[in-house]
Amino acid sequence: MKKSKVFWSYLALALVIYAVVQFLISGNMVSYASQNMLITMCINIMLAVSLHVVIGITGQFSIGHAGFLAVGAYISAICTMKLGMPFVTAILIGAVVAALAGLLVGIPSLRLKGDYLAIATLGFAEIIRIVFLNIDYVGGAAGMQVTHQSTWTYAFFGVFITILVISNFTKSRHGRACIAVREDEIAADAMGINTTYYKVIAFAIGSFFAGVAGAIYAHNFYIIQPTAFGFLKSFDILIFVVLGGLGSLSGSVIAAIFLTAISTYLQGFPETRMIIYSLVLILVMLYRPKGLMGTKEITDLFKFGKKGGTRI
Amino acid sequence: MEWIQQLVNGISLGSIYALIALGYTMVYGIIKLINFAHGDVFMLGAFIGFFAIARWEMNVFLALILAMALCAIIGVIIERVAYKRLRNATRIAALITAIGVSLLIEYTVIFFRGASPAAYPTVFETSNFEILGVKISTQSILILSVSIFLMVLLQFIVHKTKIGKAMRAVSHDADAAKLMGINVDNTISATFAIGSALAGAAGVIFGIYYTRIDPLMGVLPGIKAFIAAVLGGIGIIPGAMVGGLVLGVVETIVSALGYSLWRDAAAFVILILILIIRPSGIFGKNAREKV
Repeated sequence: MKKSKVFWSYLALALVIYAVVQFLISGNMVSYASQNMLITMCINIMLAVSLHVVIGITGQFSIGHAGFLAVGAYISAICTMKLGMPFVTAILIGAVVAALAGLLVGIPSLRLKGDYLAIATLGFAEIIRIVFLNIDYVGGAAGMQVTHQSTWTYAFFGVFITILVISNFTKSRHGRACIAVREDEIAADAMGINTTYYKVIAFAIGSFFAGVAGAIYAHNFYIIQPTAFGFLKSFDILIFVVLGGLGSLSGSVIAAIFLTAISTYLQGFPETRMIIYSLVLILVMLYRPKGLMGTKEITDLFKFGKKGGTRI
Repeated sequence: MEWIQQLVNGISLGSIYALIALGYTMVYGIIKLINFAHGDVFMLGAFIGFFAIARWEMNVFLALILAMALCAIIGVIIERVAYKRLRNATRIAALITAIGVSLLIEYTVIFFRGASPAAYPTVFETSNFEILGVKISTQSILILSVSIFLMVLLQFIVHKTKIGKAMRAVSHDADAAKLMGINVDNTISATFAIGSALAGAAGVIFGIYYTRIDPLMGVLPGIKAFIAAVLGGIGIIPGAMVGGLVLGVVETIVSALGYSLWRDAAAFVILILILIIRPSGIFGKNAREKV
C-alpha cells in the first residue's frame, strides 16, 4: 500500500474517533467526569509525545518537562485572562514562548550528557517553577484563576497536530539524524550530522508541544498553581514515555491513555496510585528495560502492505 | 556580627547537606548511579530517630546509632533488590529505577502513617552561649561535632581499612578489582551501607535541628545534596564535604538577604553554572570521552 494511502486512512480514523466522541458529548451521553478524563488524557498524550521526541527519538534524558508545561500554561493564561486574547491565539503564543524557553534551556544544557543533563533539566524546571512562584502578576503561590475554555475539540486537535507533526518529523531526514544521535553520538558526529543543532531542535519541538499541552491544561482546571508543575509532574510524564517504550510513539500514547485511566479511577487513593506507579516503574525497568513496546510502533504489528511479500 | 551568625547557621545546614552528599558521591563513584532514593533513606533515618526518641525513649546518641544501623540495612536491601540487576543496564534504566525506588519509599511511608508532619521531641534544653557576640546554640555545636566526627570516621574507613581500599579499587576499575580477588558485590553493598548510614545520621540531626519532619522531607535536601556532590566533583569524598558546606552557606546568605523564596532557586542556579562552566566540579579532573 502506498504511504499516502496509509496516511489518509489514519486521518480518516482520527476524524471518526473525534466525530463519535463529539457526538456523544453533544448528546449529553458522556458524564462531566468522563469528559474531563478525556481532556486530561489528551493533555497527557501531548506531553508524552512531546517528551518522546526528546528522550525516545533523540536520546537526551530530560526530567524537566513540567517546566515547559508551566511556561505554556502561565503564558496562555496571561494572554486570555489579562490581555483578553482569544483562546487559539493564547495556545499559539504559549507554545511559542515554551519553545523559546526550550531553546534557552537547551542551548547551554544540551552540551551535557546522560545523568548531568537529567539533573540540569530538573534544575531548570525547578527554576522556572520558582520564578512563577515569585511573580505576583500571576498570583504567586496562591495561583491564577483561569476560565474554563478547553473542550474536547481543542484537546483532540491538539493531540492530532502533535502526533502528526512528530511522526512526520521522525520519518524525515531531520528525524533520522536525531535517531542517529540517539544511537551513537560520536558516530553521528563523524557522519557529518550537527549533533548539537539536532538536539536543540528536538528539545525546542518537545517544548513547543508541551506548551500547547500547558495552554489546554491551564484552561481546563479553573486555577493554575506553581505546585502543580513540580518535578513529580515531570516524573509522571517520564513514566508515560518509559513505560510505553523509549523510542515508540504509539507506545507512549498507549501508556498515557492507560495510566491516565488508572489514575482517574484511583483518584480517591493517591498513595496507592503512587505505590502502584513506582512498583510498575521498577518492575518494568528490571524485567523489560526497553519499555512495553520497545522501539516498535503499534503499526508494525499489522503491516498492511507486507502480506504475501508483495510490496507496491 | 549578624553575618557571622548567618555563617554559623549556614555551616550547620551545610554539614547536613554534606553528610547526605557523601552517600551520593560514594555511590556515584563506585557504580555511576544517581541514587535518587538516597534522600528518602535520609527521611527514613529521621523517622527512625523520631520513633526511637519519642516512643522508645532512647538516648539521642543511641537513637542516632540505631537510625544509622537500620538505614545501612535499608540501603543494602535497596541495592540488592533494585540496583544489582541493573549494573550492566543502560544509565537511563538505572536512573528511572532509582526514581521508582524513591517514589515507592515516599508513598509507602505516606500510606502507613499519612502525610502529616511530625514534631521532633526536644532532646536538649536549647541554651545559647555567646562567643564574641555571636550566639551559638548547643544544637549547632551538636550538629557540627557529630558531622565532623562522622566525616573523619569516613576518611579513616576509606583510607586506612581494607574495605576502604577495596572501595577505592572498585571505583577505579571494577573489572581489574575483580581480577585482583576483590569481592565487588560485597564492596558495593558496603558502600551503600556506609552512605545510607551517613544519610540516616543526617536525618536524625535534621530532625533535632529543624524539629519538623514529614514523609516528603527527603526530596529537596536529597536533590540539594546531589547538587553539593556535583559542586565538589562527583565521586570525590572531600569534594562532597566542601560542596555541602558551600551550598549551605550560600542558601543561608540568600535567605538572610531577604530572598528566602528564591533560596531553592539559588541551589539550582549554582548547579547549572557549575555544570556549564566546570562539569567535573571544584575538585574534579577533566576526563575525555573515549570511543
